[in-house]
Amino acid sequence: MTATANRLAELMDREYPHGFVSDVAADTVPRGLSEETVRLISARKNEPAFMLEWRLKAFRHWLTMSEPKWSTARYPAVDYQDIIYYSAPKSMQDRPQSLADVDPELLRTYEKLGVPLKEREMLAGVAIDAVFDSVSVGTTFKDKLAELGIIFGSFSDAVREHPDLVQQYLGSVVPYADNFFAALNAAVFSDGSFCYIPPGVRCPMELSTYFRINARDTGQFERTLIIADAGAYVSYLEGCTAPMRDENQLHAAVVELVALDHARIKYSTVQNWYPGDKDGKGGIYNFVTKRGECRGAGSHISWTQVETGSAITWKYPSCILRGDDSIGEFHSVALTNNRQQADTGSKMIHIGRNTKSTIVSKGISAGHGQNAYRGLVKILKSAEGARNYSQCDSLLLGDQCAAHTFPYIEVKNPTARVEHEASTSRIGEDQLFYCQQRGISVEDAVSMIVNGFCKEVFKELPMEFAVEAQKLMSVSLEGSVG
Amino acid sequence: MNAREHTLADYARSAVTLPGAGVPWLARARRSALERFVASGYPDTHDEEWKYTSVAAIEKQAFRAASHRDGDLAAAASLVDQLALGPGAGHLLVFVDGRHCPSLSVPGRLPAGAHMTSIGEEFETAPESLEAYFADDDQETIFAALNTVFMADGAYLHLARGVVVEQPVHLLFIATQDGAAGAIISPRNLIVAEEGAQATVIEHYVGTDGAPYLTNALTRISAAANASLTHYKLQQEGAQAFHVAGIHARQAQGSRLSSHSTTLGAVLTRNDISTAFTAPGCEATLDGLYLVGGRQHVDNHTRIDHGAPHGTSHEFYRGVLDGRSRAVFNGKVLVHPGAQKTNAHQANHNLLLSRDAEIDSKPQLEIYADDVKCTHGATIGQLDDNQLFYLRARGVSETMARSLLVHAFAHDVVERIRVAALRSRLEQILFSRLPQGERIRALA
Repeated sequence: MTATANRLAELMDREYPHGFVSDVAADTVPRGLSEETVRLISARKNEPAFMLEWRLKAFRHWLTMSEPKWSTARYPAVDYQDIIYYSAPKSMQDRPQSLADVDPELLRTYEKLGVPLKEREMLAGVAIDAVFDSVSVGTTFKDKLAELGIIFGSFSDAVREHPDLVQQYLGSVVPYADNFFAALNAAVFSDGSFCYIPPGVRCPMELSTYFRINARDTGQFERTLIIADAGAYVSYLEGCTAPMRDENQLHAAVVELVALDHARIKYSTVQNWYPGDKDGKGGIYNFVTKRGECRGAGSHISWTQVETGSAITWKYPSCILRGDDSIGEFHSVALTNNRQQADTGSKMIHIGRNTKSTIVSKGISAGHGQNAYRGLVKILKSAEGARNYSQCDSLLLGDQCAAHTFPYIEVKNPTARVEHEASTSRIGEDQLFYCQQRGISVEDAVSMIVNGFCKEVFKELPMEFAVEAQKLMSVSLEGSVG
Repeated sequence: MNAREHTLADYARSAVTLPGAGVPWLARARRSALERFVASGYPDTHDEEWKYTSVAAIEKQAFRAASHRDGDLAAAASLVDQLALGPGAGHLLVFVDGRHCPSLSVPGRLPAGAHMTSIGEEFETAPESLEAYFADDDQETIFAALNTVFMADGAYLHLARGVVVEQPVHLLFIATQDGAAGAIISPRNLIVAEEGAQATVIEHYVGTDGAPYLTNALTRISAAANASLTHYKLQQEGAQAFHVAGIHARQAQGSRLSSHSTTLGAVLTRNDISTAFTAPGCEATLDGLYLVGGRQHVDNHTRIDHGAPHGTSHEFYRGVLDGRSRAVFNGKVLVHPGAQKTNAHQANHNLLLSRDAEIDSKPQLEIYADDVKCTHGATIGQLDDNQLFYLRARGVSETMARSLLVHAFAHDVVERIRVAALRSRLEQILFSRLPQGERIRALA
């Protein structure tokens, strides 16, 4: 074994910092990645032939690719042969038996966030009793959605029950050859969510991972596909504010959104995976490909994200504005503390006439955190009258952190109007002084100012999420002041 | 023969004719630069620094190092008459096809402590003081290495402590029809200002439209504590010319650098302009204007390294693009750890006048200190309909209204030029390029 492989084995085998049992359950495919692994995953999931074929094509293409190196993120090399690519959900015995077995540090965080007791158990991965089984909750909602013709469930179910829809849309926004991690995901993705809103239907509730069946243990290669047919509307929430228990270090998810004529998709993410300890040990690598296509005229896709977790976040939720008059939006808050690194931003590709896009990115760096905004606004020749406004603001807390901005602007049509603004600053002494003078502690003042800085983005979140996000910011910033 | 073999052979052939052949450190610098070039070759568009600018056309031309024959001096002389700032205004050094031409130069009287000469001459007479400034720096582009390999001449300006040169130093680089065709011209300039010294330098490139050639220039600037240097660059190369140039400055405590770069000519232009603050309290201003049309391609890369606290930088670049032209702007501002109280502002505005013009703008901030104020902004658009309407409603013809607005847009940069003769020269060029420009001039 080489030195890097050794180091990786060490990383992988290390006891989970929150004290969970990490014994490998019996129903897994062997470590490593080969065509055989891909076939095995597909077979386990009883997939139709077209899926296996697609996975294999992706895998063969992945073999020809090399890991991208252009990001500012630094991390030890990942050994792709040392990952278990498929693992059946854990049995109840493997989980902590009660909250008493859970790391008190984690419990304190839940306390601060005000997470209900039952949810704490679920989030911490405690074996949940039958009364609070997410399945039963989920089923209730599923019936209601089915009445409207909305298909919402796990990806595996969708592949079995609606293969035609999956075949039509899978990989149509993020092709398997798109990038290294997307190809890897296409080859080995274990599960995820699938959602289809029929024409003219307005989804009556926020679809969220909370209510999702099979939401747990979907593994590190998750795939989400959301299709809003003509005139449909859906708001989808991913993740939650409480730290999620997770054993996988590398996460390479893919999210594809398709909006047809006059459809609207609102996709909100709150990501708070384990960021590693103060010295940057452990933590999740979150390498995600997220892209939406406004395929129809007048369609509208908006991404809202609050990223506070993960050791490394590397993602660029993007919009392809193909339909005339379509609209793309990106609102982001990314916070890095301790040794966290975030490289995030958005791509707006304007193809249709009179397409509009807005990018609002707020980066906060504290401790030794590294925060980069990287974005692309591309106006093609066909995008007559296209309009973009981008704003990237960075807030620096502490003199060891870093904030970067890498906006790319490419314009091939003179009728386009593109504006980009960026600023970097820290919390002013006078601002703090003003607050302290009025009896507000430094810590509270910082939290207040940071929340004010992020307000523009938080207001895009569904209400209950916005409240949680504010609390999350103060908790994530703890220890970064003074 | 590929580009590397071609360059090796070209070097082998021309090495003996290059100045300072007998200076060991110079030979070493040339060799190490040659090795760097041979190791990497010309950049392609996979290289992030060259993402939007392909130099395949330069590679294809297989230019040869400019030979030591003289170009058409009569033609050059008539150009000098047109382009000199005027009798008594400034200190003129003329270079024809990359070599100093004493007969056309009018150095004038410089104050004591100011030393101005051709770098080729300095290599022959007093090379020892120059070594530190001629090492190949692998932070600079591969074209900088190529310049070190083939540099034949250029200007050397040394200002002793406290010396103030009142009149601008005008460096005029002329590419003649015969002398430049098919050649790489590699001017190399060095400007060293000791403590508290002040000067204004104009680097001016002109060429003829006849045949393709490559100007691959490199200027290094060293500003000691409290020195103040103003650098203007005016690029009016021939229509088929390629122009690649680096201007790299290092600034010591409290020094000031003001750089102003105007691009008008050449089919392909690439400017790499950088400055590094090595001590507290430095200030830099980088202004730029590009007026291009046809199939011109202009790429401005700037980089400001805030390596020390209390630094201030301002950057202001504007471009007007017509025809099928393409412009690239990449403005990098780096605030290094510990460079507290940094103030950095950058703006890039572009006006697209034609359906086929294209702009790629990439303002970039990398910040490793917290007590800083950094902003950048970029805009791209066409002429404002409301403004056009305002003028049309007052009986101004469409052509005239458009010209007025373009003029106003470009004028914001031109008016920042402090050398009156140069400013009026640029105004004149601006008017001559705009439809009905003469009428606007009459109004102005």
